Amino acid sequence: MSEAVISAKDLSLTFETNDGPVHALKDINLDINKGDFVSFIGPSGCGKTTFLRCMADLETPTGGTITVNGMSAAEARMKRAYGYVFQAAGLYPWRTIGGNIRLPLEIMGFNKSEQSKRVTDVLELVELAGFEKKFPWQLSGGMQQRASIARALAFDADILLMDEPFGALDEIVRDHLNEQLLQLWARTEKTIGFVTHSIPEAVFLSTKIVVMSPRPGRIADVIESTLPRDRTLDIRESQEFADIAHRVREGLRAGHAYD
Amino acid sequence: MTSRTAALRRIWHRAGPILTILAVLLAVWYASAVALNAAWAKDKAKRADTVLTFSELVSDTMSQDKPLLPAPHQVAEEIYKTTVLKKVTSKRSLIWHGWITLSATLLGFAFGTALGMLLAVGIVYSRATDMSVMPWVITSQTIPILAVAPMIIVVLNAVGVSGLLPKAFISMYLSFFPVAVGMVKGLRAPDQMQLDQMRTWSATKATSFWKLRLPSSMPYLFASLKIGIAASLVGAIVGELPTGAVAGLGARLLAGSYYGQTIQIWSALICAAILAASLVALIGLIEKITLKRMGMLS
Repeated sequence: MSEAVISAKDLSLTFETNDGPVHALKDINLDINKGDFVSFIGPSGCGKTTFLRCMADLETPTGGTITVNGMSAAEARMKRAYGYVFQAAGLYPWRTIGGNIRLPLEIMGFNKSEQSKRVTDVLELVELAGFEKKFPWQLSGGMQQRASIARALAFDADILLMDEPFGALDEIVRDHLNEQLLQLWARTEKTIGFVTHSIPEAVFLSTKIVVMSPRPGRIADVIESTLPRDRTLDIRESQEFADIAHRVREGLRAGHAYD
Repeated sequence: MTSRTAALRRIWHRAGPILTILAVLLAVWYASAVALNAAWAKDKAKRADTVLTFSELVSDTMSQDKPLLPAPHQVAEEIYKTTVLKKVTSKRSLIWHGWITLSATLLGFAFGTALGMLLAVGIVYSRATDMSVMPWVITSQTIPILAVAPMIIVVLNAVGVSGLLPKAFISMYLSFFPVAVGMVKGLRAPDQMQLDQMRTWSATKATSFWKLRLPSSMPYLFASLKIGIAASLVGAIVGELPTGAVAGLGARLLAGSYYGQTIQIWSALICAAILAASLVALIGLIEKITLKRMGMLS
């Protein structure tokens, strides 16, 4: 369980702007192992989303290297190594829920019967069975986001990259989805990269918490969680949970997140 | 019963404001007709050495043969006579003339829509096209079509192209523009997240066009089509003006003005307006159905 599926070495990304260069990422070194649930947390501008986008080959680093499944990020993208969940569900209003999940499968050339089978399977996985023929506007925000997770899972990539997927949802829905996400992770044994700005969410979900700080975007602390993989919401009342959350807060403070 | 009154109320809610404006327009029209035609009526009375009472004056202004401004009922009567009472194959039938204009309109609209969409795709996918073609697309619309139309008709006639095609060409010239501009906006409607999403699936440009950009552009397309078809009709009528007044609503307008047949001019005008309104309404209906089925009706 210790082979690195995502590995960043001295990774840097500098945007040239009219006000001079902006160091979005500077000398990032990180290994993500197979089956890990890694959260990236930090204040806005710390480069957590940019880092995730580098893994997905949506941004091109200006220095250092990043490998995904042993390949360059671009090759990994072409091989469809990951599913990506964005902040907004981004479902197409003219397609049903089933049609939306089928979309990447159509693009990737799965045959019709395989498409139908996978759509049924992932809908069950995110507990949306029976909603296949509904249109996005008929679903709540939380259900739409679950459908978008199903869409990212449909083509069976080993890696799931999630960019603040629950950021726009209320806390009650969020708690519920967090619990569901853990169950899904346990069942599918995927490697998950998860960007968030909620400390409880990061601690509750992760096996590894990467605390980042801004200007330049860098890693302030990497915390290996001591919580068991199999956890429920009750664990948030435990001392161990509070200790980890405290360390995350310390990391954020050291990175001047509270200045 | 209550549902029927509710339905009636709904219809009134939609049609009421429109009918109110129509009533105001008709009142203004009648008043103008009396005011504008009075001089001729008084002149006639003076030559006959009689003095008109007010009611005689009013009734005379509304029943002249070649009034300066025909009254609405005169136009309505003329339209009735030249549509319902004439065989559609008759050269005096407005339906026959209307069809000639309509066929050129529809052909030109089809050409214009196709050209506009092709240009939009070129502009969205190629920076070179964007930089080189877009300024010319805009410039093309600054040329007064009324000045260019006779030349197009004459030149095309000289090379043996006559009849429907020259008129359709002018319709196309006017209708490709709104479609091109609208579709450029529509094809660029998907946000960065949706484009990134396509990238994460390693979708080709063609795939993102068919699955994302084209469906996203539909509301923009329909808005453009409504402007485009009205412009097409104007183009077809303008194209008929220099053809020596053979056929079409434009020819009726021209013939009417040659012989001072104001009633004929106005009935052709009203028919053109009704035609344009029906075409726009038809596209509006298709728009509503399509966008509803696509879940994009706001």
